[in-house]
Amino acid sequence: MTNHWIDLKNSDCILIMGSNAAENHPISFKYVTEAMRNGAKLISVDPRFTKTSSKADIYTALRSGTDIAFLGGMIKYILDNNLYNKDYTVEYTNASFIVGKDFTFENGLFSGYTKGKEGQGPSTGSYDKAKWAFEVDEKGIPKMDKTLQDPRCVFQLMKKHYERYTPDVVSTITGTSQEDLLTVYKTYSATGETGKAGTIMYAMGWTQHTVGTQMIRTMCMIQLLLGNMGVAGGGVNALRGESNVQGSTDHALLWHLWPGYLKGPKASQDTLTAYNTKWTPKSSDPQSVNWWQNYPKYAVSMLKSFFGDKATKENDFGYSWLPKADDTGSYSWFDIFDAMYKEKIKGFFSWGQNPACSGSNSGKTRQALEKLEWLVNVNLFDNETGSFWRGPGVDPKKVKTEVFMLPAAVSVEKEGSIINSGRWMQWRYQGPKPMGDSRPDGDIIMELFNKIKELYHKDAPVANKGKNNKKGKKSNQNSKGGVFPEPILNLKWDYETNGAYDPHKAAKEINGYFLNDVTIKDKQYKKGTLVPNFTMLQADGSTSSGCWVYCNSYTEDGNMAARRDTQDAPNNIGLYPKFAWAWPLNRRILYNRASMNPKGEPWNKDKWVVKFAGEQKDGKWTTTKWEGDIPDGPAFPLQNPDGTKREDGKNPFIMQKDGYGQIYGPGLADGPFPEHYEPLECPVEKNYLSPQMVNPTAVVYSTDQDSHATCDPRFPFVGTTYRVCEHWQTGLMTRPQSWLMELQPQMFVEMSEELAALRGIKNGERVKVSSARGEVKCTAMVTKRFKPFKIGNGIVHQVGVPWHFGWRWPDSGAEESANLLTPSAGDPNTRIPETKAFMVNVTKL
Amino acid sequence: MEKSFFIDTTICTGCRGCQIACKQWHDLPAESTKNLGTFQNPPDLSFVTYKLVRMKEEVIDNKLNWLFFPEQCRHCIEAPCLQIAENPKAIYKDSDTGAILYTAKTSDLDADAIIESCPYNIPRKRDDGTLAKCDMCNDRVHNGLKPACVTACPTGTMQFGDRQEMLDMANKRLAEVKAKFPNASLLNPDDVNVIYLAAHDPKLYYEYAVASNNRAEKGISRKVALRKMMGPFASLMRV
Repeated sequence: MTNHWIDLKNSDCILIMGSNAAENHPISFKYVTEAMRNGAKLISVDPRFTKTSSKADIYTALRSGTDIAFLGGMIKYILDNNLYNKDYTVEYTNASFIVGKDFTFENGLFSGYTKGKEGQGPSTGSYDKAKWAFEVDEKGIPKMDKTLQDPRCVFQLMKKHYERYTPDVVSTITGTSQEDLLTVYKTYSATGETGKAGTIMYAMGWTQHTVGTQMIRTMCMIQLLLGNMGVAGGGVNALRGESNVQGSTDHALLWHLWPGYLKGPKASQDTLTAYNTKWTPKSSDPQSVNWWQNYPKYAVSMLKSFFGDKATKENDFGYSWLPKADDTGSYSWFDIFDAMYKEKIKGFFSWGQNPACSGSNSGKTRQALEKLEWLVNVNLFDNETGSFWRGPGVDPKKVKTEVFMLPAAVSVEKEGSIINSGRWMQWRYQGPKPMGDSRPDGDIIMELFNKIKELYHKDAPVANKGKNNKKGKKSNQNSKGGVFPEPILNLKWDYETNGAYDPHKAAKEINGYFLNDVTIKDKQYKKGTLVPNFTMLQADGSTSSGCWVYCNSYTEDGNMAARRDTQDAPNNIGLYPKFAWAWPLNRRILYNRASMNPKGEPWNKDKWVVKFAGEQKDGKWTTTKWEGDIPDGPAFPLQNPDGTKREDGKNPFIMQKDGYGQIYGPGLADGPFPEHYEPLECPVEKNYLSPQMVNPTAVVYSTDQDSHATCDPRFPFVGTTYRVCEHWQTGLMTRPQSWLMELQPQMFVEMSEELAALRGIKNGERVKVSSARGEVKCTAMVTKRFKPFKIGNGIVHQVGVPWHFGWRWPDSGAEESANLLTPSAGDPNTRIPETKAFMVNVTKL
Repeated sequence: MEKSFFIDTTICTGCRGCQIACKQWHDLPAESTKNLGTFQNPPDLSFVTYKLVRMKEEVIDNKLNWLFFPEQCRHCIEAPCLQIAENPKAIYKDSDTGAILYTAKTSDLDADAIIESCPYNIPRKRDDGTLAKCDMCNDRVHNGLKPACVTACPTGTMQFGDRQEMLDMANKRLAEVKAKFPNASLLNPDDVNVIYLAAHDPKLYYEYAVASNNRAEKGISRKVALRKMMGPFASLMRV
């Protein structure tokens, strides 16, 4: 979230789309309810009428996967009716930037496209993004036309791009009535008025598509046009699907990142200099903070955290010891299981997850597990993954995989931090001690690493792993010690206290230390003390920080995340600055300088976020002083009180190279403007907006287990997956819990009364739902909450299934995972699977 | 001072945190259920289910509504069950809190008569005739805590406090929601200590959302009918 949970209460209009927050983030409704009691409007857009919809002022349905069409229509509506916030759009967004002549958009394709080679997938094609660059002046600063009239400026190109998204065309694609579209557009666009705030709450309903990233980007554009970024009650708010998924992402859960959203290095970046040069943006605009210019400080501090004294300037701080990805390689979830299925992976740690149920196309995942030599399942309980070898249709005698179970402690049995969607890092103490032989993850990792290190140290013959032949038979050729021992032996590993993992030591390392006595701005800092915040991190090896965005979370003043002061900040908008800690620098609302006009006065005087309160003389600011939230940089505002421009004023979007919010986003894989494409599996013969059916850069896998069916009479209905309040993810923690099973005991499929009549299905009877990849038995839930869509000249039915079940529990073994149905195809930017829109059939048993 | 609940169904999201919290506090076993084609489960209150969020899909003025009704004993101010039981060892009122409480001695009562006497169809019996229902978490209340269902509620649907405070809250909220829901009403607020606010016709939520006289007419015993007719005087006259 750019904002945070409590801040939802400050909104004037809440759009919940791609999320069923009332069901899946029930606590959020404490604040949604508060906003509504203060007069806010709630809009729910969802293929199905949900618990969220039940509380909404406005509900309308759209066919799964058509959100860009829906939102693109809103952009057109905002522009046609001059509802965008002009001051904000001109001053704070790149609407005025001039785009280079190489940028074109024709027939559904942007310039610079190359189609992928058949069978060489998984990427279906790619763009040369250089074609989308801005025109720059001699200093490299983008050219602008602040009148927004230049036909090559972002504003005009956007207008042209979304001209095609008329209510008629959008309605034909989405199945939403034109009347409903206009009601939503009008209600939400009203937040473009200065002083009003609209917010979006989204979740997997947006991310899990072949165009997921662009769905979110479409909304980002709307938020920028309406001046809703940086303000209280605004922002783009991703509701994370697990309590600590924000933390795990911050700490580089994803393969292509280093902690703190530093980039994972590629093979071609063979030195630290090459790596830093590649990822450190340069701006010669004095008004741009260009925060990422500090990139090398964060990268080196991270390496110092990893390798301590062993990381020296001479050895590139150990840069060469960390893995590099092939320049064109991808190592996402999809790629791991694809490689496993192709017998390219021998062993697998399945840690805190249940891929046999949680990943799309679980049938392929389950078969992939059979091809492993060994599997280590680290989890609270046995699950469908650990027991895959005795799962439905599997003959244990034929499975050679050796499976180990390491029982892990539950979160409440451990001390440590959890980072919520609002970026709040909250320290939690240990409740009960871990049960039986179960152990905290930290201890398991610790012992595992110590053992690995011991093996690398040991002067004993160790099989040369590179020489193993295909059947796993060890080669006779042995070598001493491990291969490439430096990363293992040089890793700094001092997070133990009395032989146990110490979360405080890890948290302090994440914050970072001064490694020498240093003087910064006349202040001395002693070697071995904690760095107060990331503005003091250095690129010369004198500081460490395991994850720069967390530098400031655990300082010499103590553990900031453990704070529990419930006093609000002076602006009284629910920031609670001394309750827990938020990254970065305890800033509760990101890009908050955009909540003020260029003179430093809040757009909204009542719900102000930050306020510039410097002294002035003769109409000019003379000193800097800020009130409210931690500002996005303490510099002067862009203008003086008398309206004159300040050369030392800074643009608010400090993480963007040029300091402007990106209405035009030239960095994504699939285009600088979001464009509607159909899901890989869809019910329509054509894309009503262009000849390009599917995202031309979508990721599609192609083993014999990756079949897809579009406009196929065998699978005539749109399917989607979702969660229910009573179960957690694949249900591992909830399916063995009898009180929860009482509420949601069985796999079900929701369908309209019309579809039920068509198929002769009665409410409550068991039916079969099938796709090109698998089938699942479900209890039919026939409901008014699904309605058939009128798409073009035809009727399209949609059904939905929860993905919480699996054969291991309940004991009947009859309730299976919805992911046996979902496709292995995904978004080119994130490789998140398209589990929210695919094609199925529903038949009586 | 007599306590009351205020249950504002206009902001209930049907998350059922209350339903689980009730089971947890009372350590009640789960029922073995099946999906019956609805989110609502178990299908009804039972000897081991005191709190149930009833769910209905209703089209009202051409608009679909999903109505949630977190149901529980109303802790009637003049409780018919208590009156006809005439056995304070089985059913009694805690004069401190207003809770109507059932004990194991309910097995001595005519269970069906007690059940039939309830205008809201709340009590449920076990095979041996023992009765059970919501006890207002009377043990928690006596220890300064709110009932478990109230504590678990994320939206503020479930409120609990002194009766007058709850009545004031209910009336204030009713006035607020009238703008959006002109047919909104409080359900039997003068008769019960569990005051519901419903946005629509209460019968759409559940047949017995408001006190039902029908129940008495449907084969209720003559004694109950007579007592109902005489109202609060019945206990004085020991009918």
